[in-house]
Amino acid sequence: MSFKVYQINPELKDVMPQEIIDLEEKSTLNNPKRGVMDLPFYKELIEEHSLCAGCPEAAALRYIMASLPNPEDTIIVNSTGCTSLVFPHIAMHTVHSLFGNQNAVASGIKRVLEYRYPDRVKDVVVLAGDGATVDIGLDCTLQSFFRQEKITTICFDNEVYANTGGQESGMTPKGHVFKMAPKGKQFEKVPMWQLAIDSGCKYVARLTVSSPKRVESVIKKAVYVARYLGPTYVHLYTPCILEIGLNSDQGLEEMRARDKERFEFFEYITPEAQEVIDRVKAEGLL
Amino acid sequence: MSNLTTSEVKVNKSGQRIVSPDYLLFEAPREKFFMTGSEAVKEAVKRASVDASVSYPITPQSEAAHLIGELWVEGYVGVYFRGESEFGVMSEVAGCALAGARTITTTSGPGTLRAFENFPMWAGTRIPVQLVLMARGVNAPLSIQPDNLEVGFLLDTGCMIWYAENAQDLFDMILAGFVVAEKPAVHVPLITVVDGFFVSHTREAIMIPPDDIALPPYDPTKAPMPVIDLEVPPGRFLRDPFVMKSNYISYATHASWQFEVRAAIERSRPYAKHYLRGLIEEFGNPEAEIVFVAAGTAASQAKEAVRMLKDEEGIEAKVVKLKTLRPFPYEELRASVKNAKYIFVPEFNVVGWMEREITKWLYGYSNAKIIGAPRVAGGMTMPAEVIVKEVLNYIKVR
Repeated sequence: MSFKVYQINPELKDVMPQEIIDLEEKSTLNNPKRGVMDLPFYKELIEEHSLCAGCPEAAALRYIMASLPNPEDTIIVNSTGCTSLVFPHIAMHTVHSLFGNQNAVASGIKRVLEYRYPDRVKDVVVLAGDGATVDIGLDCTLQSFFRQEKITTICFDNEVYANTGGQESGMTPKGHVFKMAPKGKQFEKVPMWQLAIDSGCKYVARLTVSSPKRVESVIKKAVYVARYLGPTYVHLYTPCILEIGLNSDQGLEEMRARDKERFEFFEYITPEAQEVIDRVKAEGLL
Repeated sequence: MSNLTTSEVKVNKSGQRIVSPDYLLFEAPREKFFMTGSEAVKEAVKRASVDASVSYPITPQSEAAHLIGELWVEGYVGVYFRGESEFGVMSEVAGCALAGARTITTTSGPGTLRAFENFPMWAGTRIPVQLVLMARGVNAPLSIQPDNLEVGFLLDTGCMIWYAENAQDLFDMILAGFVVAEKPAVHVPLITVVDGFFVSHTREAIMIPPDDIALPPYDPTKAPMPVIDLEVPPGRFLRDPFVMKSNYISYATHASWQFEVRAAIERSRPYAKHYLRGLIEEFGNPEAEIVFVAAGTAASQAKEAVRMLKDEEGIEAKVVKLKTLRPFPYEELRASVKNAKYIFVPEFNVVGWMEREITKWLYGYSNAKIIGAPRVAGGMTMPAEVIVKEVLNYIKVR
């Protein structure tokens, strides 16, 4: 897109808020090499989020926003939940539609953008919680994989319906007690990353957000593979510290503990996806 | 028509010559064809510079959806695929429209209900999607037969609702529909209803213009909401943070947004009046004291009953056919029933949502007795004789 849309009319500059001026003067737009290492020095695309203090989801969002290779030409399709509280604070094109239809909306957007702008790169990224991705939206999620939609799907798994007050979700581990599961969850955590592989995703990753550099690497691979090949899926552990009884400074500790067990880093790359990744690497973009 | 005399002839992506909506609808020469309602949908879409359509099978709308797929193969539609369910489809078309496409889809009965959460979302996001609804009964028990109960459910979704009587109406309404729905002052979704089977599967004579001309393409940059194509400053459909907060400003914002959607429907009146040649159509003796108010096939059958009442019983009657339900043509209706003593509302559903509408809009404006009959459902037909009998019985009792 034209970067003019970010340029401030010089005559109005003196009345513009600093964060808008920063977006023009200290941005990482138009630089596919941007990454999490830019965070302390440049203007972030997310500002003053409204999540709880110390929420790992907020960290995940900051890392993702810093890692997208093409934020000026990326649409994020969101769903209902804690993440939807953040989207009004993001300086990108975002869409919130319903709870669970995010991959369907993204499919329509991606196909029409390819039709309207056949010679341009416009990435579509879905970003939603585990309830939206795996429970209420599973049909739309998997069907978009079956149809080989060229979109990146990122699931923020906090293993609970957090925004509605802590109810069991399909991603809750068996036995955990939450509201609506007062005797503990009766069935296993849904292996969503495996479903994504079986449903035709070209690149799948499962990780916590304990390592910003790793999040950057995964997000960039997922976006590039989706851009050139087909659906990609990233499953991130972003614990709800509130619902599992941790303090605001304990999120990182919790994620590091899970790095060694059910969220051990796992990556699935098809041979054709590997080719894309190698090519992008050779261009110095990874 | 200026487009014809100008030296610069513009074509759409399918290579059709772009003409003005007025030329296409009112001035272009028309030829007579014999076709079903589903085929009329295809012919309308072919001349509408449609960018995208998503489909899902359900009787009786499937054929119309197949035919739009054929147009995609022929290069008249840009994006087309089968979605996973009506819920998915209506979300996919929302995505298409958000990204700046002129978008159409079709559904029926249980499909409408499966998709329902999407309709107020369409309206709230101000996308001018057109849904051709081929009305059918809803479960349970299972029925695939014509019945328009679902239209009653849709009345307050924030979508415009038009009702086509026959294949000709449907053809013209689909074309006019895009033009009206996409007006910057309107820009809300349109649900164009026809009765399943009675119109979708019945072959009739219809007049259509040539297929080498088409509507001007949709220009999403004129939309009142920013198009999500990354060519304009960021637009956010979750709007501003305060909408998600529990305070009085957020309540007022949400409320005023909903009022604005309804106001947009009201602003469609002058455009709809022009392109539909009025929001109502009258048939029979204008001064008659017996009036039928109906839409769709019920209006067709009532017209036949008016003929029979006059020819066989010597009784004068008339039909007021409603072409639009949202916006509701209350001024036209009130003027039209000035002389009425008996207003019959024939309809194809058990609840009588049309009678409720008529009663509400005429309250305080008419002393006529409003009779919600005859009423059939579940696939039953409504022979003109049944309507005549209903009238005669009612008048005789009094």
